[in-house]
Amino acid sequence: MSEPTANPHHVVGPKVYLAIGGTLLLLTGATTAISFVELGVFNAVVALAIAVIKAMLVVLFFMHIRYSSKLLKLTVAAGFFTFLVLISMVMTDYISRAWGLW
Amino acid sequence: MSTASTIVKLPPQEGATLPKKSYLNSEYGLKSWLLTGDHKRIAILYLISITFMFFVGGAMAGLIRLELLTPQSDLMATDTYNKVFSMHGIVMVFLFLVPSVPATIGNFLIPIMIGAKDLAFPKINLLSWYLYLAGAAFTIAAMVLGGVDTGWTFTTPLSTHYLNTHVVTAGLGIFIAGFSSIFTGLNFIVTIHRMRAPGMTWFRLPLFIWSHYAASILMVLGTPVLAISLVLVILERTIGIGIFDPTKGGDPLLFQHLFWFYSHPAVYIMILPGMGVISEVISTFSRKRVFGYTAVAFSSVAIAVFGFFVWEHHMFIMGVSNYSALVFSLLTMLVAVPTAIKIFNWSATLYKGSITFETPMLYAFGFLGLVTIGGMTGVFLGSMGMDIHLTETYFIVAHFHFVMVGGMLMAYLSGIHFWWPKMTGRMYPEQVSKLAALTTFIGFILTFFPQFILGYLGMPRRYAAYPPEFQVLNVLSTAGATVLGIGYLLPMLYMTWSLKYGKIAGANPWQATGLEWQIQSPPLTENFLETPIVDHEAYDYEWLANKTQHEVQTVG
Amino acid sequence: MDSQAIATSPEHTPSVEHAHPPYLRHHFETVEQQREASSFGMWLFLLTEIMFFGGMFAAYLIYRNWYYPAFVAGSHQLSIVLGTINTAVLIGSSFTMAMAVYSAETRNRKALITYLLLTITLGLVFLGIKSDEYHEKWEKHHVPGLNFSVHDFVNVNPAYPDDKPLPLDMAEKTQVYFSLYFAMTGMHALHMIIGISILIILVIKAYGGSYTDGHVSTIENFGLYWHFVDIVWIFLFPLLYLISRHQ
Repeated sequence: MSEPTANPHHVVGPKVYLAIGGTLLLLTGATTAISFVELGVFNAVVALAIAVIKAMLVVLFFMHIRYSSKLLKLTVAAGFFTFLVLISMVMTDYISRAWGLW
Repeated sequence: MSTASTIVKLPPQEGATLPKKSYLNSEYGLKSWLLTGDHKRIAILYLISITFMFFVGGAMAGLIRLELLTPQSDLMATDTYNKVFSMHGIVMVFLFLVPSVPATIGNFLIPIMIGAKDLAFPKINLLSWYLYLAGAAFTIAAMVLGGVDTGWTFTTPLSTHYLNTHVVTAGLGIFIAGFSSIFTGLNFIVTIHRMRAPGMTWFRLPLFIWSHYAASILMVLGTPVLAISLVLVILERTIGIGIFDPTKGGDPLLFQHLFWFYSHPAVYIMILPGMGVISEVISTFSRKRVFGYTAVAFSSVAIAVFGFFVWEHHMFIMGVSNYSALVFSLLTMLVAVPTAIKIFNWSATLYKGSITFETPMLYAFGFLGLVTIGGMTGVFLGSMGMDIHLTETYFIVAHFHFVMVGGMLMAYLSGIHFWWPKMTGRMYPEQVSKLAALTTFIGFILTFFPQFILGYLGMPRRYAAYPPEFQVLNVLSTAGATVLGIGYLLPMLYMTWSLKYGKIAGANPWQATGLEWQIQSPPLTENFLETPIVDHEAYDYEWLANKTQHEVQTVG
Repeated sequence: MDSQAIATSPEHTPSVEHAHPPYLRHHFETVEQQREASSFGMWLFLLTEIMFFGGMFAAYLIYRNWYYPAFVAGSHQLSIVLGTINTAVLIGSSFTMAMAVYSAETRNRKALITYLLLTITLGLVFLGIKSDEYHEKWEKHHVPGLNFSVHDFVNVNPAYPDDKPLPLDMAEKTQVYFSLYFAMTGMHALHMIIGISILIILVIKAYGGSYTDGHVSTIENFGLYWHFVDIVWIFLFPLLYLISRHQ
């Protein structure tokens, strides 16, 4: 088992920040541009996919999770997992409430 | 490590002396308490404030039982009764049960048990006590200004549209108290992960720590969802946004989903720390390692995880989808598994142990029996068909009081008695406390067992009046509540008495194995003279018996 | 997974002696332990934030499926231009915040203060644009509860002439959309306001020489908070502004 403190105080440099910031701006432009193209349901899919990519870039680089211990990685994962539990278990009610009533 | 019990002789208490220096006398004055960063002092502050809120909630319970002595609503008007039971629920759930064991016993013991000097964030710990006070102040303000009558669940659209009572004030109080709970949980998780002494690996932790860890996860992940649902209710009352408002297209059931997403796990926030106390007490007074340590440890985590998948069983009769209810009903049964693992393992710990019947152990026995009944009836209520018959009757009231009062309060009192010598350095009076434990148990059974029958016969909850044929059982219940009240008042009195006149306890009056028992009582502000190095498992009574010296460490 | 982190074998402890800077609090053994504890604590706090906003995102998902036409009509009242500008502004502020953390790590006080001030400015620009949008909503009677009229939704929206006007009962449901819009962006804005208030304190302390003496936890943890607020917006932007552009 590796030491979780294997990367003590990894300093992320301005080059990485610039690259990530630039990518984020590009993706923002892309998601707005794509919203003007008619894609049906895929408008939502693409927009959310881009949002997820942007959020992951922020978490991994701006928030240093890429360089952090497994514990922190797991913590982030636990947060999203519980959020998914909330969404999916609530949806079990909402998607099936009207079954048989149509 | 042995599976058989190790006979350890209790040390003679005559020779025990109070240490010259301890956390209690390291500083004096009100300021040294109100601005303290010491987890032990904050635990004492919590103990005082929680006891106060317990008696506030208890007074409300007394009023409820008094009203229900007669079939008519003659003691108070029906809407007053609504306010009284709402306040009883709000105070007891949010301001007593949720912080009870974690904020007092947990706060005091978690750093010591893992060999740390303090919690990871002492200032945040103090902040959570102030948030608790602020939350309690808001709640009491709501009560004094005229009360709330939503029930403790703040059910929409009742709370958002149909009431002119102080829902916003009470909601804000619970919102703030929720942050107190979040910060406590956050502090515990970081402390358990990051502050353990050298050698204190995960599987050497006392089970008390495991159960607090699991409860803390629930606090951190569940409470914010309660916070947002209360914020939305408050915004709906004050501004008039329409997220839960059917006239604007909102769904009141969504509030229920969000509320119970927290409030079901909250049940485990309440009971898990109590289960941790029981593990310690049963092991100590059986002189045996807890049977199936790993299973008990993981069952705490399993309860925490499953806790997030079952909330809809509170909503079966509210018009949720039947298919979804089926899923949640099945998942609810899952929770019975880790709970049963705990009960079985505690029983197996008792088997062939050298059991002694000190007061904490009496409370622990009470816990075992009552929580089993409470848990089993929970399985009834988790099955959809039974639930439709039994929910919103006194059956459900009896069920959750068996778990919360019979389980959690018994565990809380067990823990308070068990660690009282560590907290204060003095013993409580032995005979009176045994009497109190017995009184509590008898009073409890008498109060809540008739309610199972009442509920099964169909007496609905939350009404001030009831048909006359239910009176006999209600009188029994009220009589029991009186006995129960005496049972709770007794510890309050003799514990206070013992602060001055109790026998001096010495460092390890129970010959328990936890790190907290290897230091002086009451402990130093820094807990340990030097960071302990742990080289043995939890509950290793052979190690304790072989330890050449375990006298009081006196300093100064 | 981290059972050996602090609970290491005894030979790991002697590092106590070699560094004992003034900012090391008494109950921690090492600076590293203190740093890890505070950043872990901050992340746990962010977990609670995820769940806090999570409740509203769940509500959004449900109601968008229930009242799809109302959500389309509601989102057609928002300005995609302003939304895009605001997203860019917020990403910019995240970048300057990241650079502030870097400046603190490299002990560059001047750069730290500059980047913190830039972050404040960008945050204020975001809030300015947001309040302009709120003002417009108020003028157009789109604030549920306080100032709402279905007028815009039972008539054709001039910006989207192809949209059919909504029947009255569906038009009423746009209140759910705007309730969520105000609750979500309002909570987000509240987090921004809290963040900017903390930033001001940080700037003042940075002037006094804090954070550039090797003790960067506070700046780092505030950075985490600020980036989190940015992430919330990264999701709010497509959900509220973009995905319902086409019916």
